Amino acid sequence: MARTELLQVEGLSLVVARTELEVVKNVSFSVAPGEIVGIVGESGSGKTLAARSIMALEPPATRRAGGSIRFEGKDLAQLPPRELRRLRGSRIGMVFQEPMTSLNPSMLIGRQLDEGLALHRDLDAKERRALILDMLRRVGIKDPEGALEAYPHQFSGGMRQRIMLASVMLLQPALLVADEPTTALDAVVQRDVLELMVELTRARGTAVLMISHDLSMVARYTDRIIVMCKGEIVEQGTTQDLLRQPRHPYTQKLLAAMPRRLPKRDLSTSVQPIVEVRDLVVEYRGRQGFFRKESGKRALHGVSLAIKPREVVALVGGSGSGKTTLGRAIAGLLDPAGGEIRFGGRSVRRGSEDWGNYRLNCQMVFQDPYSSLDPRMTIADLVREALRLVPEMGHREKVERVSEILHDVGLGDAFAGRYPHELSGGQRQRVAIARALVRRPAFVIADEPVSALDVTVRAQVLDLFADLQQRHGFSCLFISHDLGVVEQIADRVIVMQDGRIVEEGDRDTIFDQPQDPYTIKLLSAIPALEAAANGGVRLRWRFDDMPQGDVATA
Amino acid sequence: MLRFIARRVLMAVPTLFIMAVSVFALIRFIPGDPAALMLGDMADPAGLSDLRERLGLNHSLPVQFAIWFGNIFQGDLGHSITSSQPVLPLILDRFWISAKIVLIAVLFATLVAVPAGMIAAWRQNSLLDLVLVGAATILLSVPTFWLGLLLLILFGLKLEWLPIVGYVSFSEDPLAALLYIVMPIATLFLHEMGVLIRMSRASTLEVLRLDYITHARAKGLSEGAVLMRHAFKNAFGPTWTLIGLVLGNLLGGIAVVETVFTIPGLGRLLVDSIFARDYPVIQGCLLFIAFVYVVVNIVVDLLYPVFDPRVTAE
Repeated sequence: MARTELLQVEGLSLVVARTELEVVKNVSFSVAPGEIVGIVGESGSGKTLAARSIMALEPPATRRAGGSIRFEGKDLAQLPPRELRRLRGSRIGMVFQEPMTSLNPSMLIGRQLDEGLALHRDLDAKERRALILDMLRRVGIKDPEGALEAYPHQFSGGMRQRIMLASVMLLQPALLVADEPTTALDAVVQRDVLELMVELTRARGTAVLMISHDLSMVARYTDRIIVMCKGEIVEQGTTQDLLRQPRHPYTQKLLAAMPRRLPKRDLSTSVQPIVEVRDLVVEYRGRQGFFRKESGKRALHGVSLAIKPREVVALVGGSGSGKTTLGRAIAGLLDPAGGEIRFGGRSVRRGSEDWGNYRLNCQMVFQDPYSSLDPRMTIADLVREALRLVPEMGHREKVERVSEILHDVGLGDAFAGRYPHELSGGQRQRVAIARALVRRPAFVIADEPVSALDVTVRAQVLDLFADLQQRHGFSCLFISHDLGVVEQIADRVIVMQDGRIVEEGDRDTIFDQPQDPYTIKLLSAIPALEAAANGGVRLRWRFDDMPQGDVATA
Repeated sequence: MLRFIARRVLMAVPTLFIMAVSVFALIRFIPGDPAALMLGDMADPAGLSDLRERLGLNHSLPVQFAIWFGNIFQGDLGHSITSSQPVLPLILDRFWISAKIVLIAVLFATLVAVPAGMIAAWRQNSLLDLVLVGAATILLSVPTFWLGLLLLILFGLKLEWLPIVGYVSFSEDPLAALLYIVMPIATLFLHEMGVLIRMSRASTLEVLRLDYITHARAKGLSEGAVLMRHAFKNAFGPTWTLIGLVLGNLLGGIAVVETVFTIPGLGRLLVDSIFARDYPVIQGCLLFIAFVYVVVNIVVDLLYPVFDPRVTAE
């Protein structure tokens, strides 16, 4: 290879110290100066471990079993801790996933930024302060002087991630390791932060090693991609080649798992809606303390929508848009302060005549399969519990129904006696779906049902969901921030912002001709996929040519 | 900040009031007539009714409570039945003795336990960690009176380095006073250290897992700086709360240790007055202990934002 590498990892192996289990197996890759390289893989692929071990920051439970890590001509694996520390921060910077925990909550921002600079650069306090202020301004912090004297909790997730970026880029490292830098953020904020990161690193010629589970996100910004699976690199190549002609089956699977638009379904349009919501208002009560009264917050400002039988309606919006609140209010988990919910043409409300019937017919699937299942109940008990309030079913009938639905979601009787912790995330979410469907409801509310899942698992669960929806014919309110998923599964899309519906329409209309600037902004934050030959894909950024309006960032 | 303080202080008022009612009621529930008890077998009906009059026992219970409660506010907790001394100065005298021992013991326990716990967490699963956790668990499991007795036997009887029983106040003879309270302090110190090491280790482990610690390391900071600057403040919060609870507990209840070492502290006063059915002193002690507990925890809470600035934000 003719090019000079900045970082060259050769045959890196990591083992879990206690079990000698190899979690990173013989991994070799390189990063050239100024290059942006992505490492893509699902949870458990070893991508984070591999990246962290570059600076010997792997958790103490793991041990490096072999390999060399050459950075600017030195083998980091052989470097004494002192020498290594001199490189950390100054030559290699690191950005972390979780903006809520990656800054020290009890230290002023100013001190946290100053720390690295004071350690590695020979500057006096005044010069450092000037540098920090300049950098904060560049990452878009409005009041840099004030930010220095503030604590991290006073900033939003996106702002914290910017501060984090500022803290790392202050030292102008030659390599930036970004570990899922934007996973926890909204799509719109995610795009802003990533663009900023790319802009900053380009300007200073910093190479980036970007670790992510999100292939489309990585593909957008990287020159090369490394695909990891179960501790091994299965494929690496330039981003273009890899997307266009994936060679390894796992890469092909990853690409195939990326959501894409399916042909429009034919739904008879004349029928009465099954669920109707009119002018729904939800308010969160303010805290009423001993000495003060905080005013409440209105989360929904009169929202109306209608869902027809068999229809899948997607509810999208950034965090704080009120989409989850709306879902919970419709499910009867929150009492609305105003408005009406109609089911099958009749008004339902807690305590009303049709309430019981509505509760039997309206079921919910939650986002987090780890906390939505009672860990002390077996799978069969969990699913059967949903039938408890169905008086006309006998015990035997219920057992049969549970077995049937477990087969339907692809689990089968073998899982009936197991406990949730014995199941993977995808399997748990199948249980959650089974629990919702076992009563054969007419209407299902799914609140981010696949957001917590890995890409390939997500695709399977989505397929399952679509298949069950076809067969059972329930209507669905599908709440999601992930527009890719929505594009695949929804018939109709409702876009929410700040507790109001800003746009609603046919899936194709919303995705192809959005009207509202907020919808455009949301859509432009995620790439569109077009299938290419060989199982490959082409990525396209939506509405790149359209002017970005002055839309408030969440 | 002022509002935070005001709120926290005002929130203690109902607690103290309920405590006062409970203490008052508790004594009234005990069968027997305090007046008869105070006069003993010398009682004649006229003297009895006279005393009942003076003690306010002729009034209805709410009125009695109101009078008693009003007196408390003027710092009047009544007089001891056995010694006729006013109760408050008596309690304060004894409390001062207990407080000295407890504060010194807890201070040293904190100074040793917090770093020890942090180091154990830092080197989790190492031999050092094992030793520290093992020692902490043993210290924690040993009852204080037994630990005290062991110290007495070793340093008092075998080695004869320290006096076995008694108490000398600092104003009389500072050196002797020191010799007399070394062992009680050591007993409490060892016992509380066990609890605090475990707490400090647990909360440090929690913090060391978080990204900002890795971030601090990724900045190139030395391990010492990572622990001191980034881990300590965030990990100390839970330990600090525990220190408050421990202090509150001990200040009211080192009766066992005081009994072992025959120290005239607050705990002993309470135990003795219970044996003597000296109701005003019992009431006073209980109320005072509750008061100290509440005050210590308010102080601890008010200082908490020093370690975690997120607390005031709420």
